[in-house]
Amino acid sequence: MNPRLAKVLVNASLSALAAAALLPLLWMLSVSLMAPGEASSLPPPLLPAHATLHNYRELFAHAGMGRYLLNSLLIAGAITVLALASNLMAGYAFAKLRFAGRERLFQALIGALVIPAQVAMLPLFLLLKTIGLVNSYAGVIVPGMATIFGIYLVRQYARDVPDELLEAARIDGASELRIFGQIVLPLLKPIMVTLAIFTFLAAWNDFMWPLIVLTGQEHYTLPLALASLARDHVQDSELMMAGSVVTVLPVLLLFLALQRYYLQGLLLGSVKG
Amino acid sequence: MNRQRTAWLFLAPALLVLGVFFILPVFAALGLSLTDYDLYALADIHNLRFVGLHNYWALLHRPLFWSALGNTLYFVAVGVPLSIAASLLAALLLNSPLARLRPLFRTVLFAPVVTTVVAVAVIWRYLFNTKYGLVNYALAAIGVHPVDWLGDPHWAMPTIIAFAVWKNFGYNMIIILAGLQAVPPDLYEAARIDGASAPRQFWHITLPLLGPTMMLVVILTVAGYFQLFAEPYVMTEGGPLQSTVSVLYLMYEDGFKWWNLGTASAVAFTLFLIIFAVTTLLLRLARRGEYRAGGRT
Repeated sequence: MNPRLAKVLVNASLSALAAAALLPLLWMLSVSLMAPGEASSLPPPLLPAHATLHNYRELFAHAGMGRYLLNSLLIAGAITVLALASNLMAGYAFAKLRFAGRERLFQALIGALVIPAQVAMLPLFLLLKTIGLVNSYAGVIVPGMATIFGIYLVRQYARDVPDELLEAARIDGASELRIFGQIVLPLLKPIMVTLAIFTFLAAWNDFMWPLIVLTGQEHYTLPLALASLARDHVQDSELMMAGSVVTVLPVLLLFLALQRYYLQGLLLGSVKG
Repeated sequence: MNRQRTAWLFLAPALLVLGVFFILPVFAALGLSLTDYDLYALADIHNLRFVGLHNYWALLHRPLFWSALGNTLYFVAVGVPLSIAASLLAALLLNSPLARLRPLFRTVLFAPVVTTVVAVAVIWRYLFNTKYGLVNYALAAIGVHPVDWLGDPHWAMPTIIAFAVWKNFGYNMIIILAGLQAVPPDLYEAARIDGASAPRQFWHITLPLLGPTMMLVVILTVAGYFQLFAEPYVMTEGGPLQSTVSVLYLMYEDGFKWWNLGTASAVAFTLFLIIFAVTTLLLRLARRGEYRAGGRT
């Protein structure tokens, strides 16, 4: 094939795919700035006649969006911090500390990855009901405080930490906790960022478990609030799009800021597996 | 001995959380699926009875379970190949030396993956609106009559599949792209010297070396697509005429709408077994394929 033609073809195809990926998101942004009812006219407008923040004001003033945004931040933030701590410790132990049954235990955990999380959800609900955590922030946070994927990710990365470094510190009389905090953690910084953004995004976007365990609106996260709005306000497309923007924008910005770390984690978590 | 104790202390928080809030509930789910746990048992545990495999037996005689399974299989069988084809196409384009602005394109194509399913499902619901949706408007321009995308039992699942492809193809694109970049360039060099055309290079070098990556991608995607839930919950509420009720949607309604937790656990476990069987089968087929390919060379 003619090289110039091939070049045009490749780049035109990429542009077409990129347009398909972006158009729904751009359309969401555009409609969210339209006046109420404007999107429901023919022909469907692509851009607002007079851009307005009316829908956003409406969401935050009357639909409790501020509350839901805070709920989402609180829940995703808490899960990220707690899961990061426990996964880092466990991943490091599997990579660098010696104990009986280490490989077998790790293999068992990896084996458990084939079990879909939803299998556990029904008894988990009963368990949390018994200890009084249904319809509370803790009900969403507690089951997310450790993940097999996170442990696996940290282990893969921590295996490259040189043993000599740890042994030298031990000979100098440093405690294990100090070795972990002052030598290992600084070396694990890149994987910490990766794991943090992975965990935060997953917690922010999670839908099924919060839907089950949060029974009252006051604890709703953004996806739950949006799903419930979508069922009650089918006609208000402009309002719904503003709600979608508020839900999607934070994670999209976070991804754009830290995408190198995110993509690295995606590859570490799958290809080398 | 001291070292052993240190290790277990480091492991304790994670193992405790996983044990109490994941492993234990999984075993409990198996137990629960052998009981008639329902609203009455929820009120008073003395109403609980052991029913053996009755829930599973009843499931096999329940038309809604079979249609939910059929809908889910439809989603998997059509959605997975389309998603992976889109991922492969995007990865090949991004990997082409002719492509410009590669980092930008990569970011844009990946963007849908990080978005919130519920939020973007809401967008699609409006894009595919029969009267005011852009999709029907664009189709009208080329003379196609309006389609009731999410209101017609024949079109609802294809619309959800289109949504899933759009939302997910970027994920596998990144994995496949890494696989493509791992192919040693001297192989292509040697093929070019031997006069092999680009399609032949793709067929005889790229695809075989990409095999293990593709297998991984297929298995992960199949397992993920069996867990269809949020999309029908937001876009169709299982309708129209229950054409988009998935197995998990059925589990959710059984368990948390009607509080038949025994039945719902049986549904969950059956889904787990099906996913396990299908992914194991795929793995076997892949291994056998590898041996054959190995035997020929």
